[in-house]
Amino acid sequence: MNNMENVYLWTVLAPLIGAIIAGLFGKRVGRAGAHWVTIIGVAVAFVLSAITFKHMVIDGAEVYNASVYTWMVSEGIRFEIGFLIDNLTAMMMVVVTFVSLMVHIYTVGYMHEDPGYQRFFSYISLFTFSMLMLVMANNFLQLFFGWEAVGLVSYLLIGFWYTRDTAIYANLKAFLVNRVGDFGFLLGIAAVLMYFGSLDYATVFGQVEQVDGQTITLFGDNAWSVITVICILLFIGAMGKSAQVPLHVWLPDSMEGPTPISALIHAATMVTAGIFMVARMSPLFEFSETALTVVLVIGAITALFMGFLGLVQNDIKRVVAYSTLSQLGYMTVALGASAYAAGIFHLMTHAFFKALLFLAAGSVIIAMHHEQDMRKMGGLRKYMPITWITSLIGSLALIGTPLFAGFYSKDSIIEAVAHSQIAGSGFAYFAVLTGVFVTALYSFRMYFLVFHGKERMDEHTRSHLHETPPVVTIPLILLAIPSVIIGAIFMGDMIAGDFFREAIFVLPEHDALGEWAADFHGWWAMALHAFVTWPFWLAAAGVFTAWFLYMKRPEIPGRIQARFQWLHTLLDNKYYADRFNEIVFAGGGRQLGQKLWRIGDVKLIDGLAVNGSAALVGWFAGRIRHIQTGYLFHYAFAMIIGVVVLLGLFVFLNQ
Amino acid sequence: MFSDWPLLSLVIWIPILGGILVLVTGSDKQAPLARLTALFWSVVTFLISIPLYTGFDTDTAAMQFTERHEWIGSWDIFYHLGVDGISMPLILLTTFITVLVVIAGWEVIKERVAQYMSAFLIMEGLMNGVFASLDSALFYVFWEAMLIPMFIIIGVWGGQNRIYATIKFFLYTFFGSVFMLVALLYLYFQTGSFAILDFHQQPLGMTPQILIFLAFLIAFAVKVPMWPVHTWLPDAHVEAPTGGSVILAAIMLKLGAYGFLRFSLPITPDASQELAWLMITLSLIAVVYIGFVALVQQDMKKLIAYSSISHMGFVTLGFFIAWQIYDNTGSYSGAAMGISGGIVQMISHGFVSGALFLCVGVMYDRMHSRQISDYGGVVNTMPVFAAFMVLFAMANAGLPGTSGFVGEFMVILSSFKANFWYAFLAALTLILGAAYTLWMVKRVIFGTVANDNVAALQDIGRREFLILAILAVAVLTLGIWPAPLLEVMDASVENLLLHMTQSKVIQ
Repeated sequence: MNNMENVYLWTVLAPLIGAIIAGLFGKRVGRAGAHWVTIIGVAVAFVLSAITFKHMVIDGAEVYNASVYTWMVSEGIRFEIGFLIDNLTAMMMVVVTFVSLMVHIYTVGYMHEDPGYQRFFSYISLFTFSMLMLVMANNFLQLFFGWEAVGLVSYLLIGFWYTRDTAIYANLKAFLVNRVGDFGFLLGIAAVLMYFGSLDYATVFGQVEQVDGQTITLFGDNAWSVITVICILLFIGAMGKSAQVPLHVWLPDSMEGPTPISALIHAATMVTAGIFMVARMSPLFEFSETALTVVLVIGAITALFMGFLGLVQNDIKRVVAYSTLSQLGYMTVALGASAYAAGIFHLMTHAFFKALLFLAAGSVIIAMHHEQDMRKMGGLRKYMPITWITSLIGSLALIGTPLFAGFYSKDSIIEAVAHSQIAGSGFAYFAVLTGVFVTALYSFRMYFLVFHGKERMDEHTRSHLHETPPVVTIPLILLAIPSVIIGAIFMGDMIAGDFFREAIFVLPEHDALGEWAADFHGWWAMALHAFVTWPFWLAAAGVFTAWFLYMKRPEIPGRIQARFQWLHTLLDNKYYADRFNEIVFAGGGRQLGQKLWRIGDVKLIDGLAVNGSAALVGWFAGRIRHIQTGYLFHYAFAMIIGVVVLLGLFVFLNQ
Repeated sequence: MFSDWPLLSLVIWIPILGGILVLVTGSDKQAPLARLTALFWSVVTFLISIPLYTGFDTDTAAMQFTERHEWIGSWDIFYHLGVDGISMPLILLTTFITVLVVIAGWEVIKERVAQYMSAFLIMEGLMNGVFASLDSALFYVFWEAMLIPMFIIIGVWGGQNRIYATIKFFLYTFFGSVFMLVALLYLYFQTGSFAILDFHQQPLGMTPQILIFLAFLIAFAVKVPMWPVHTWLPDAHVEAPTGGSVILAAIMLKLGAYGFLRFSLPITPDASQELAWLMITLSLIAVVYIGFVALVQQDMKKLIAYSSISHMGFVTLGFFIAWQIYDNTGSYSGAAMGISGGIVQMISHGFVSGALFLCVGVMYDRMHSRQISDYGGVVNTMPVFAAFMVLFAMANAGLPGTSGFVGEFMVILSSFKANFWYAFLAALTLILGAAYTLWMVKRVIFGTVANDNVAALQDIGRREFLILAILAVAVLTLGIWPAPLLEVMDASVENLLLHMTQSKVIQ
């Protein structure tokens, strides 16, 4: 047991040490030194995570829950830093460290000319540390620490190219929008402490039934269930971090950061923190159907409407970004349908294939000399065979092609929603089903525009086109493998079996997933069965439509766009969400600040109250002006010395 | 080995005498000697203050390291010193920050160096005197005397508008103090003693309590400063030299908050309870209203000054939340966390605001401008400095892992128990604090090099690096492991809460 304690501790410390060395001593260790030290740090974390995974999942060890140190004690309440290691944590650790390791290696190639090389490695290792702290936490305090720390690193990395105006705009926006979520999250934590008297997961989850039924009044006399309020507040945090509507606006802009971090942070790991958190809190969420409905509806809106936006993007990274938003919506829908296991399952498969798609997009971007507009690409499959095949694998996984990873996780979600009895599940079912078609359409629109069809780049770029170096392609291949097989491997355990054991709690009456999974007869049978279900044909229709519109009859999209100009404008402006926030919140905040300052402080307080006693001030000023001729400080020092002498004298005399 | 030394007298008088010695070095020809002498005495004072922590007994709320000598016998005034878990950390903060301020003024101050250094040393002693006094007459002497060096610092080494700022500063604070004096005299006539601890035990009727509370409120609210008596602070900061701003923000503001803990709450608990709604309202106005005002400031020092007021709102909110918690939940559980959170916020704000003012000072020394619009892309020419600035900005925005998080976290947790909406408004600082701080960072630090002046900037030297690195370590240490600080204050806060929750009204 003691052995494993060290394993956990070093899992988080190894990347932290790497980050500190690369960050503080970047100049001394040099570029190679920085990437070696951080890669080794993350590799150690990955190996230790794999050991943890084997220990927990394969050997079936007891859940580990212990404190590392006491952060503080106030009123006898202990705020600890500690680890809770169960199967959910173990799985997350492996996913985080594996994707992180791939991204570290990939970065060697992607950033090799960048002057901020060491700084970049320091940041991504720091991110790995923060994310591990988040998933390994055994209490809300540490969860919040990790939560905000990943936000910090995200801020630093989106603004990594700090001379770009768009980048430093995007990182500020990302941080502030996340802070709106964290605002709710922190209030949720405060509510947990108030009603449970502790921030320790185990203690809190153990008392849910005592707190269930208690109420709190917020507006007037309306009594709210405490659990509902807590869950909704916590979920607001998840909405920020996992970019759910209406707090989604920061994620597309976060693409201003270098591509490796789009893969690591804004696709595979950090943005899934909200999903992880809600799954971790399943013992709370299960006791509030109201909160589950909120989760379900928000997720469904995100899944469908963010997918639409992917259809009109021309920037290759932004297509993948909107796809990420939409897939996060799927995961959230799963949570709302109490299919936490399906949500986490999709989180895991998505981490692999979406990281793959991002890194493949990055590979394309390198080859295209940092051109990201898909209208200037086309026919790349001839020049970049590895990137082409791995992208195809990623896309097939994303749209849910039978046997690929995404198929199992996405079908589990769709089926769970179909069986769910929670209010709003009808709408959610419609959204996720329609989403399948939309996903297939935008994914293969991108795929065809980039890898097939006419070569639309200029002559200079074409003449330099070639496959990217092995540091880039090897991570692509290593990510492509799990994107194919990971679904089939874990489907039986995670969805039909008892993979998560006590980590995830579902009330029997909410167990839609279990109801459906009772009919599960192995991954092969499920893949075969897919051919008689809606999702498969919807996806196929999406691929076909993409082929027809962008390969067969490429003039049609322009005509559709001209015909439905209003719709295109609406989508192109992202439903005007950015414009709205810009005017109402950013502009309104500044306006309010100006008013409060100019009118409140300057006019009323200073103007009326302070200068209203102008006579007094004038009189004083008159006095002071006379002595303010250079002798003042002499005079004042004399005063102090006088006080000193006086004090000293009395002390001395009275002893 | 230090236990029988009069440590508190030493931390008061060594800097004062050291300051006089520095003054003796005389003209600016002797400036290097003045600097070294000042550094020597400030370091000595800091070292002497350390045994106050190491020798501190955390199990008791009683005053420790006490010294008591008769001073003015006919008035029962004693030279009476002592510290508890509330004042001891503040003395350490003072001795710590003063060392940094002396180093910060090293090359920057070129005129009247000896006077500058000695003013800071003398002020250090006087501020320690305020924190250590257990006799209210002694307290009052230190409290008033402290204004003089600050007045001089702003008035002599300040900016162009320094005269206006000093007068505003002086008028505001002096005005407040007069009411405090009246209250102290009233209490003296009631108890026949100037001992603060005797005041704590004195039963008082409701009307006198209210009047005393309001008198104290005027004195302390101006110092904190609380809305609406805060407008002197941005002006004072803008005109003060960097060192003056650091001391002002890091320590002088804490004196007002300390006054609430030492006087208002334990002496007039019933009035405090009666007027808690007012204090909470003013605190929340400070957090939200001032947060918005900070957002639109064009001058970096003003922005940080407004941010200070907003952060101090958490301090007063935490102090006065106890009774509302009782009304809402039927117990005082959570009240001590609010008070402790307020104190942690005081210490943390000392580090963070001090660091931010030093950062602005670093830029001002090079560019002679505090206007945000004169900057842009500083990171390109000052990368090391930029890293520090971003760290302190994050601490100011209350990022977990930095000290800025701890106090706000505790106060928000505590105020949730009183009322959801208090916590809601207080937690808005998560958004507002990040908005005004990081927006400034975006405009000043990030971006392309804005102009030739920025292009010509030199990154920080060793001296500046040293100061900022020490503060960075302090900010991170307190953020990662606040337990030792909490442990020190625990017993004293419990004791304070006991005083607060027992009625003193004469039946």
